[in-house]
Amino acid sequence: MTVFRNICVILVSAILVDNYVLSQFLGICPFLGVSKKTSSALGMSGAVIAVMTIAGAVTWPIHKYVLEPYDLTYLSTMAFILIIAMLVQCIEILLKRFIPALYNSLGVYLPLITTNCAVLGVTLLNVDQYGKFYEAVLNSFAAGIGFALALILFSGIREKLETCEIPKAFQGMPIALIAASITALSFAGFAGLFGI
Amino acid sequence: MEKKSIWQIFRNGLIDENPTFRLLLGMCAPLAITTSASNAIGMGLATTFVLVCSNAVISALRRVIPKEVRLPAFITIIAGFVTIVSLVMQRYFASLYDSLGVFLELIVVNCIILGRAEMFASKNKVIPSLADGLGMGLGFTAALLIISTIREILGNLSWFGFSFFGDDVSGMLFFILPAGAFFVLGMLTALMNVIFAKKPAKKNDAGCAGCPGASACGGSCDRKEAEAK
Repeated sequence: MTVFRNICVILVSAILVDNYVLSQFLGICPFLGVSKKTSSALGMSGAVIAVMTIAGAVTWPIHKYVLEPYDLTYLSTMAFILIIAMLVQCIEILLKRFIPALYNSLGVYLPLITTNCAVLGVTLLNVDQYGKFYEAVLNSFAAGIGFALALILFSGIREKLETCEIPKAFQGMPIALIAASITALSFAGFAGLFGI
Repeated sequence: MEKKSIWQIFRNGLIDENPTFRLLLGMCAPLAITTSASNAIGMGLATTFVLVCSNAVISALRRVIPKEVRLPAFITIIAGFVTIVSLVMQRYFASLYDSLGVFLELIVVNCIILGRAEMFASKNKVIPSLADGLGMGLGFTAALLIISTIREILGNLSWFGFSFFGDDVSGMLFFILPAGAFFVLGMLTALMNVIFAKKPAKKNDAGCAGCPGASACGGSCDRKEAEAK
């Protein structure tokens, strides 16, 4: 029962309450950069969910069974970023070889994920916060879903903004930031849900 | 590319191509840790240190690093300096370290640093790269300070932790919330567009989605390079 409760709490908090993009500011760059079209937002989201989950599943055991026993935790940032970079490269090669259709739709977004701070951020937070493997993996997955939710919602708003008349000074980025502010405000409404 | 003086390179990063307001690169930190001015200074200086050091080292090694593996090499160099900063800060500025949290380590993936390594340090000599790193870093620090000053004064009625009216009066919560960060940054970017009275940043400049490589660099790098030529 506690396991089930844990799972629910992790899902709800990572997707809604502590949404990694809108309340913890991780992964802002792709959030602002790839949100112009819903189709590219969908592609990016899919790639991020996959990489984040795998990265969470790989980095947690490495931290627990390699870095911690040998007292090397100060190397975690360095180790994790290299693992993520390598992982992204591997996924790219595998997709290209075995599932070319998926590669064509997600491929361009994959290299961008290496410097997506949400991925590194989630792996670093995982090893601090979660003591069990399944929790870490689940949190990474839920963080990916939360990222996808925010990105897809926001891309819808930006597609609408395209057709609006906007004061000259606000064209481009400023209005997108203001829109993000309103989106973030709506997510702030989840604060306190389930007493998290 | 015509030769620029060291001062021009420095000024370029500080004002004309301010990473936060003009290039819109590395946006996570400016939004996340600008709830207080002292956090902003700490984060800004930490980033400046990493930027200056990594620019210098990458520029010194620019003929040694093979082109194919340059990005992993750059990231490793940057991660090394970030680890140094975080160890030093943990030891001597523990409270700052705690309040910056994971964002200190996330300097590794701050697009400004990788962006400058790719666009400037890997093509220029050591001294101009140092100037570029210093200018960009201080420009970033200044931007953080401006954003955090607005947020802290309006949201907390205090500045650098000094409260104006005591604890009884509370400020506008909105500016401390994440939404306030987006709002303030949006307003400031709009203001910069007016001040510089140039064309508003093109929509596809949105930044560092593309940083990992020049080919993927969301447009801003390409545009700057086109201007440089």
